[in-house]
Amino acid sequence: MQFLGDALLLQLGYNATLVAIGAALLGAASGITGTFLFLRKRALVSDAVSHATLPGVCVAFLILVGLGGDGRNLAALLIGSAVSAGIGLWCMNWLTRNTRLAEDAAIGAVLSVFFGFGIVLLTVIQTLGIGRQAGLEGFLLGSTAGMLMSDALVIAGGGAVVLLVILLARRPMTMVAFDPEYAAARGLPVSRIDMLMMGLVMAVTVVGLKVVGLILIVALLIIPAVTARFWTERADQVVILAGVLGALAAYVGAAVSASAPNLPTGAIIVLMSFALFAVSLLIAPGRGVLAAVLRHQRFQRRVHIRQGLLALAQNQTIYEPLTLRLLARAGLARPDGVATAAGRARAAKALRDEHRWDILRRDQAQEAAAALYDGLREIETVLTPDQIAEIDRKIGTPKEAF
Amino acid sequence: MGSDFVTLSLTPLLIGIFAAVACALPGNFLLLRKQALIGDAISHVALPGIVVAFLLTGAVTTWPMMLGAAGAAVVAVVMIEGIRRLGRIEPGAAMGVVFTTLFAGGVLLLEQSDTSSVHLDVEHALYGNLESLIWLDGTGWGSLLDPSALAYLPVELPRMAATLLVVAGFIALFWRPLKIATFDEGFARTMGLRTDLLGLALVLMAAIAAVAAFDAVGSIIVIAMFICPPAAARMMTNRLEVQVGWSVLFAALSAVVGYVLAGYGPLWIGLADAVSAAGMIATVSGLILALAALFGPCRARAGAPSGV
Amino acid sequence: MQLSLASQNGQSPRDRVSDSSPLAIRGLTVSYGEKPAVFSVDMTVVPGQMTAIIGPNGAGKSTMLKAALGIVSPVSGRVQVFGRPLDHQRARIAYVPQRASVDWDFPTRVIDVVMMGLYRQLGLLGRIRGTHRQIARDCLDRVGMGDFADRQIGQLSGGQQQRVFLARALAQGADLYLLDEPFAGVDAATEKAIIGVLKGLRAEGKTVVVVHHDLATVTEYFDNVFLINTRKVAEGPVAEAFTPETLQAAYGGRLATAQIDQISRPA
Repeated sequence: MQFLGDALLLQLGYNATLVAIGAALLGAASGITGTFLFLRKRALVSDAVSHATLPGVCVAFLILVGLGGDGRNLAALLIGSAVSAGIGLWCMNWLTRNTRLAEDAAIGAVLSVFFGFGIVLLTVIQTLGIGRQAGLEGFLLGSTAGMLMSDALVIAGGGAVVLLVILLARRPMTMVAFDPEYAAARGLPVSRIDMLMMGLVMAVTVVGLKVVGLILIVALLIIPAVTARFWTERADQVVILAGVLGALAAYVGAAVSASAPNLPTGAIIVLMSFALFAVSLLIAPGRGVLAAVLRHQRFQRRVHIRQGLLALAQNQTIYEPLTLRLLARAGLARPDGVATAAGRARAAKALRDEHRWDILRRDQAQEAAAALYDGLREIETVLTPDQIAEIDRKIGTPKEAF
Repeated sequence: MGSDFVTLSLTPLLIGIFAAVACALPGNFLLLRKQALIGDAISHVALPGIVVAFLLTGAVTTWPMMLGAAGAAVVAVVMIEGIRRLGRIEPGAAMGVVFTTLFAGGVLLLEQSDTSSVHLDVEHALYGNLESLIWLDGTGWGSLLDPSALAYLPVELPRMAATLLVVAGFIALFWRPLKIATFDEGFARTMGLRTDLLGLALVLMAAIAAVAAFDAVGSIIVIAMFICPPAAARMMTNRLEVQVGWSVLFAALSAVVGYVLAGYGPLWIGLADAVSAAGMIATVSGLILALAALFGPCRARAGAPSGV
Repeated sequence: MQLSLASQNGQSPRDRVSDSSPLAIRGLTVSYGEKPAVFSVDMTVVPGQMTAIIGPNGAGKSTMLKAALGIVSPVSGRVQVFGRPLDHQRARIAYVPQRASVDWDFPTRVIDVVMMGLYRQLGLLGRIRGTHRQIARDCLDRVGMGDFADRQIGQLSGGQQQRVFLARALAQGADLYLLDEPFAGVDAATEKAIIGVLKGLRAEGKTVVVVHHDLATVTEYFDNVFLINTRKVAEGPVAEAFTPETLQAAYGGRLATAQIDQISRPA
């Protein structure tokens, strides 16, 4: 525990500190970038992009070796990965635009084929017998062990550039992500903004390869965005929150991973992200599961009681056992379905309200208020007492309905 | 091309073909139901399933591992569905959350457990070991009639064949409801079809095919075969029956050409060793898809004249 | 004016319902999220007649139909088909969904879609015989699509797609036909063909229920109307229930009074 505390406070030494800060920057950049993808309902595009980096890494490695280098230049490998990810993206877009395939199929085709080809190249590299391909396998699952200062600088720099671009282009990107048609109508170049978005996804993926690996970078692009969505309905807040959540998960994950052996950085960061997601899924107000279950139960009770009251008011048989149970529990009816005194009063009020609504909904001047009718809404929330009195005059003297 | 072929290539080829076809068959329906990426999710989560099975049994034996992978697939599907419904999240994002998390769990478990001594690693999970599934007792075509030699067939071969039979049997038996429910789910439900169970059964079949293929040929082929042959077949025809036929052909073709290219291709261009057959099969399936997308007779969406 | 909604609309209260109505809905509430789209609706379909479900956009017409068919699950309420729960009577119902509810790029031919209507007869593996093919072709002929049997469905126009869906329903050989906006966005020839088929069904004693949006054709096409706007507004024979007053109640300010007078004047 002491060790973990040290790690969180950046007391584990130079290398771990470097990794933790770099990871946090990456987490923020990917959380924010991923939000735009998620809002655009294209979350899994990141899956295709990340898998499509592999052949590029391998080709860049082969070229470096061919030129007589040792193939471990991170910047060059990242450029290679960016090129092949770009080609993969282009293939994906071409398939969806020019053939009958849906986007999910195009994503799957690109990711499996590019990845498969990457594996072929990996085996080529292995058979060439260059002893240093171990570094390449790090790109599959990420590895922060042995990260150099220059590596960390590439990652931190890449993350910072991505964040800067987003900061500059956040307004049009938000608009396109939320409502592309409206954005197009406003004269925004939607397809170019989409391309920018994809470019950012690519950049984050490429930068993140070294830390979490190409399979798990997808998690950093998707999970923080989905998590943030639970807490707010506002696009700008989702973006910021996703950045914070991504940075938090990445920072804590990197620190935890440094605190003990055999804790792979990428996996720990993803699991941290998921922990935040699971908590949000359960307890977030509004969209969280607990809140939704409670709300639905309350809603179902309201529906049944209201329906039961209306049935009582009109002397109709109540068929639903649940309605009867709820009425009885509320003291509005006896278990056999006969209304109590309180039930009769509430029933009369319900029916009178229903009739008031009926008048209201015929009134052309009140169209906006009438549209709020859903069977449950109290008429007092829509009309003033004066207006209700006015309607009652139209109905005639209120009398018992039965 | 005689005895050598039987010893070294016959069984891997057959296993590759069976695996490819077993994945392509349910892939046709997954593609039409816009669930193409379920195969991707299933193959990612097989890793944690296998690791958990290893940790529980302490041995690298086939059946517990296959059960583990299948169990993980079911867990993943249930989680995806649960998160999608409970959190009201679009299916793609729900899938992304689940499979990356489970995969990360698998990686962590792998690192934590001492599995370095046994043949269980991420690489194996990705590439499989198709090339090593040779038939040492198969000394020539005559061995196909020799019971003592047949007894030493790689166990993957009968297992993969059985898997293919199960998957194909399921598709054949439930062809009509699958077709109706895929085309028009609402209508299917008014006829009393349990479309939810049918969808689950289809995913389960996909999981069985994936897990069996996984062990023999690795996850790359699995993902590629779920999507590429059906997608290419989609460009060839406007009839589901014919599409499935094309997809089987394309899957088998990918397996054969990919295997041959991986084995002999490098020699032709002067390299000493073969490359990954799994990766090459996936690559070939992608090339077939590219050709179909460029030249297939039915590659464009059938556009209904609007209005009218 | 009396205060009871049910008697106000001149309709039978729930307890006076014939048990064998082709479709009897009681206390049906359906909601997407927290706002009921259909609230506490009762409906009793008259056998052997054609009934239109009408109401403004978003009034819950299609939702009610889907809930009646078990496609969406209700918050409360029960549905009976010919006096028994829905699940026992699937074979007696045929449903024609909205055209837009499926992907017309699906790889199949017109005749295959119609054959889907025969699934309950054929079962999982039942052999398709000549008689089955003949039934499917007859159904296509009835909707005027006999020449299109081997077409890929994506090549059809909207009206033709609608007719194929109707042919599929005909193939089911049901007693109760439920159609969701069959006349939406179709050409005049298709509308004529469809209404001809529906009237033919009525002549055979079948019951037809149609979610309908065109007020101008209600009196011409239908025997009964069911007006809904979240709640039931009116139900009954067209002459009684399709009046300026009920229309005003269902459509409120969305329909000018003059328009209503014009539409609901008996043709």
